[in-house]
Amino acid sequence: MSLAASITVVQGELRLDVEIVVEPGEVVAILGPNGAGKTTLLRTLAGLVPLESGRIALDDLVLDDPAAGRFVPPEERPIGVVFQDHLLFPHLDAAENVAFGLRCRGVRRTEARERARAWLERVGLGEHAGSKPHQLSGGQSQRVALARALAVEPRVLLLDEPLSALDVLTRAETRRTLARHLASFEGVRLVVTHDPLEAIALADRLVILEEGRVVQSGTAAEITAHPRSTYVSSLVGVNLYRGRADGDRVVLEDGAALSVPAAGTGEVFVVIHPRVVSLHTSAPSGSPRNVWQGRIEGVDHEGSRVRVGVGGPRRIVAEVTPAATEALGLAEGEPVWVAVKATEIETYSR
Amino acid sequence: MRRNEPDPLPAGALILAGLGAAFFLLPMLGLVARTPWSTAWDELRSPEVLTALRLSLVCSLSATALAVVLGLPLAWVQARLHFPGRALLRGLTTLPIVLPPVVGGVALLLAFGRRGLVGQWLEGFGITLPFTTAGAVLAETFVAMPFFVLTIEGALLGVDRRLEGAARTLGARPWTVFWRVTLPLIRPALLAGAVLCWARALGEFGATIMFAGNFPGRTQTIPLAVYVALESRPEAGIVLSLLLLVVSLALLVLLRRRWMAAL
Repeated sequence: MSLAASITVVQGELRLDVEIVVEPGEVVAILGPNGAGKTTLLRTLAGLVPLESGRIALDDLVLDDPAAGRFVPPEERPIGVVFQDHLLFPHLDAAENVAFGLRCRGVRRTEARERARAWLERVGLGEHAGSKPHQLSGGQSQRVALARALAVEPRVLLLDEPLSALDVLTRAETRRTLARHLASFEGVRLVVTHDPLEAIALADRLVILEEGRVVQSGTAAEITAHPRSTYVSSLVGVNLYRGRADGDRVVLEDGAALSVPAAGTGEVFVVIHPRVVSLHTSAPSGSPRNVWQGRIEGVDHEGSRVRVGVGGPRRIVAEVTPAATEALGLAEGEPVWVAVKATEIETYSR
Repeated sequence: MRRNEPDPLPAGALILAGLGAAFFLLPMLGLVARTPWSTAWDELRSPEVLTALRLSLVCSLSATALAVVLGLPLAWVQARLHFPGRALLRGLTTLPIVLPPVVGGVALLLAFGRRGLVGQWLEGFGITLPFTTAGAVLAETFVAMPFFVLTIEGALLGVDRRLEGAARTLGARPWTVFWRVTLPLIRPALLAGAVLCWARALGEFGATIMFAGNFPGRTQTIPLAVYVALESRPEAGIVLSLLLLVVSLALLVLLRRRWMAAL
């Protein structure tokens, strides 16, 4: 069973324009910054936001197709959702929350209650069946939300920022539990998150969503190797520029040229790892041919490394040792020379 | 500074606040001071008073029921549907709170009176509303329902609608969502709104006397009985006034926190 969606929705400032296919056997994470349209995408799949144009289908079952005049309301879609903030019903206890969907589907009260208890056992909350949501910890309420979504045996499971409402300590544990339940769920699995760690931990494939559009899709390794947006490059921690390659040089968007051996031709991304950026207090001489002057905008100590942000004709982050920082007197506001060896620059076509 | 410590107020403001409180307190004290305690119990047990008391209960409870049945959907429409004229509708359904009840009574007569807009048509079916117990109920509903609608609309606007969305993804049809999620979530407001509405209906005077008249056993509720008694037997009037006062004050003290929270 696979989910195929081609989605166009306008909500206020946001225009969501996305094609996405989730195959059986894979967990897909939609990763993107706040406001990228992740939650809207999920609500559209669940039927809480109707499509403006496009089509959502689960194998042969068409869920939304405005052109064909078809719209399956959320209560009739075989889709379970674990919402951000979990959205447990505050007036019902944990078992009644889990039984809610079963009751809506006509399961008798006692049987629904029994099956709800069984689900709570499965997520390790058997003794909390009678607890109200406000009596549960973040991790527990997350598991109740998961049990509630799974109890009606959906064919698609959607999770919206499943771990973001949790504190750091419970997050790691809940992430493991969640990964286990995701693995045992035999259906379409889609996670929406702004946290790259969460995405990598839970999903096989990442889809990067920015400003309502998919900018990149692939495994975590593929994406970190070839970031295609500033958002991804900053997640990965590398410097990313757009430019046009022409033989041994790349002309960047700011007009400056970098020398890069065998850069090829055409539109390219240029990746410069912070490790290969060197900083100097006077104009360096010698092999590096990519040299420019800038001003230090920030100095961040991260353990044994120091990340130095340099502004100027283009922003770049350099990674140096604390000793070098000391020796060169690197501090915010100081002028500095930036040098990058041509052979250390990586390019790939856009 | 500790968080619960009150902000220091200038002494002048405290004096003004005290005057304000006294302004509410003194009339009540006046009533209590003039109550003929020795005969109060007998006054309350007199047949006329018991009749008025029973009628008041029947009318105010009926008015509250009517207000709930009509007011709940109305509040829902006002809170949830976007349509042109919503602001006007909201104003209209709140109007009786500020309108002089006598004016409301006149307006009711012009609409539901024997020659009124709707009244003459109802007359054709043999239904007469003015100067009947049903008319008294209608007058009380007109004046009291806005309190219910206002409370419920506020509560509905405060409901986290994402919970309703969550319910739908679990298989609940819109009607089930309303019964099993929305309604339980606004239950405190439902109770507060209904009691407030009842308290207002219980004290209704102007619209009732205009539209329903002042007939003992039929339309003479406690407030009307007070009005009549003050002419002929002031002691009875005072005892009845005190009764209304105690009931209303008790309701408001019990309810104020919940009502404020619901709003």
